[in-house]
Amino acid sequence: MTQLILTPNIPAADDFYAELLSTHEGLSTEESHKLNARLVLILANHIGDREALSAALRAATLKKED
Amino acid sequence: MNKPVKKIFEVPLYPYTRHDDQDAARPPRHKVVVIGAGPVGLAAAIDLAQQGVEVVVLDENDKVSFGSRAICFAKRPLEILDRLGCGQPMVDKGVIWNLGKVFFDDRKVYDFNLLPEEGHRRPAFINLQQYYFEQFLVDRVRALQAEGAPIEIRGRNKVSAIGTHPDHVTLEIDTPEGSYNIEADWLIACDGAGSPTRAMLGLDFVGRVFEDNFLIADVVMEADFPTERWFWFDPPFNRGQSALLHKQPDGVWRIDLQLGWDIDKDREKRPENVIPRLKAMLGEDVDFELEWVSIYTFQCRRMERFRHGRVLFAGDAAHQVSPFGARGANSGLQDTDNLIWKLKLVIDGKAPENLLDSYDLERVYGADENILNSSRSTDFITPKSDISRILRDAVLDLSETYEFARPLVNSGRLSVPSTYDGSPLNSADALAGPNRTRPGSPCPDAPLGDDFLLSKLGNGFTLMTIDTEAPESFAAEGVTIPRLALSVRDDPSGALAARYLGDAPSAVYLIRPDQHVAARWDSFDAPRVTAALTRALGKE
Repeated sequence: MTQLILTPNIPAADDFYAELLSTHEGLSTEESHKLNARLVLILANHIGDREALSAALRAATLKKED
Repeated sequence: MNKPVKKIFEVPLYPYTRHDDQDAARPPRHKVVVIGAGPVGLAAAIDLAQQGVEVVVLDENDKVSFGSRAICFAKRPLEILDRLGCGQPMVDKGVIWNLGKVFFDDRKVYDFNLLPEEGHRRPAFINLQQYYFEQFLVDRVRALQAEGAPIEIRGRNKVSAIGTHPDHVTLEIDTPEGSYNIEADWLIACDGAGSPTRAMLGLDFVGRVFEDNFLIADVVMEADFPTERWFWFDPPFNRGQSALLHKQPDGVWRIDLQLGWDIDKDREKRPENVIPRLKAMLGEDVDFELEWVSIYTFQCRRMERFRHGRVLFAGDAAHQVSPFGARGANSGLQDTDNLIWKLKLVIDGKAPENLLDSYDLERVYGADENILNSSRSTDFITPKSDISRILRDAVLDLSETYEFARPLVNSGRLSVPSTYDGSPLNSADALAGPNRTRPGSPCPDAPLGDDFLLSKLGNGFTLMTIDTEAPESFAAEGVTIPRLALSVRDDPSGALAARYLGDAPSAVYLIRPDQHVAARWDSFDAPRVTAALTRALGKE
């Protein structure tokens, strides 16, 4: 499997973050939730690797791993 | 509704007649009694009778099922019906479909083709009303009776009490002319989700209740809808709910409309309330006639064990699933397919009683697989929280533009047979062959000239050889196993080789009477085959 990357990996991180915010600009909270849901599915499909996806789901809960 | 022509589900097919048993001085003993003349009970009885085991089917009713009910029959059950001698009329009458369309809100998001694999006698699915299905089974029972097979159906015979003993079961039966008693060496309960047998024995039926109601309507119309499965999520004519349109034989269309939980069932069932819903769906100008309307709720649950001494449970009596995926009747037929050869060997004294515990193990595994799949479909169709609805809608929105999201759309994962990995009847895989035919797998069909592989398998064990030598028949443990000698040259399409050899140059398969693989090797070796057979008979 591909190890889930949890160290900095996005070049020009500030630019990416600004693009993420601007994609949500002008959307209601409900519309933003929908966009986020679509984004999660698109990214998950791009990753594909089931173990990496499971690791990402665990990481997102912010619970400490044993 | 006034109907000029009587539908077959209105005509008694096995009317009550008085039987000698009702006047017997002592309760007569039967070999096997089956309770319930539905698809599962009839299949069990036919399987027994055509192998010479005496069987009596009891049913509290005298007609086939009322309304279409189960309508979608998958390839594996059709193959089982071929073995039972009644697959052809089902396929001749049934509607074959491969195309499906998925709608979300007011638009079609995508369509799909099941693209069934080539080289199988039977299609992936047929649509056929349950009443036809049962009628063809009853026809097969009558044909067996004409040949002198020991099988009978007793209509309007309602079992009112059951006594269980270590080596038999006693039954008290109510009829229009009073009650009588019989005994049975074995009892198979196929009396449906509300199984009175289960209740009489005080057995559990545990699982998850889904708070939802579905309106099912059979509609007769001359419409030019194509032979496809159409599924709607959140359509304008049924906001916040789902809908399904599917074609059946005789110009009958099945419509399922999700209604939600808080409804007045009696009110919703009235034609004056059903018809406007259907008009909103089909269009104001479509002429149709309502044949049958029903409202159902469902649960996903199963019994803890399917075998209780001399009483065996099969079909909905043992396990209940949501309708999404057509896993009800289809899995019930796989229950009896699994059970009957084992029961026959036990009755003949060729296998120990504990072979029947493998029925419990293998079919509980199958039931869990079906419950898992149908629960997931239900959770997709009816999201249980705001976030699950947001994710569900995201999948549907994406599916319109991006192919990747389409496999995530779940309007039912259609029934496929279980592979019994880990069954105690399997021997360790000793062939570097394809994964799909590893021990525990159902044998996939393959073309053999004008015929097909599966028509040469079943009822008893078979030793199938491909491009290698073995004795023409092999006897061990009181069982004689015929050889089926094949060569890759028998199938120029290459399907036989691809499905059974893979990269291996030759193979020997020990195949169970239910057409599942028990063991496989690259060549014949008598001690290894004997050991695998011993194991498949439950003697280890």
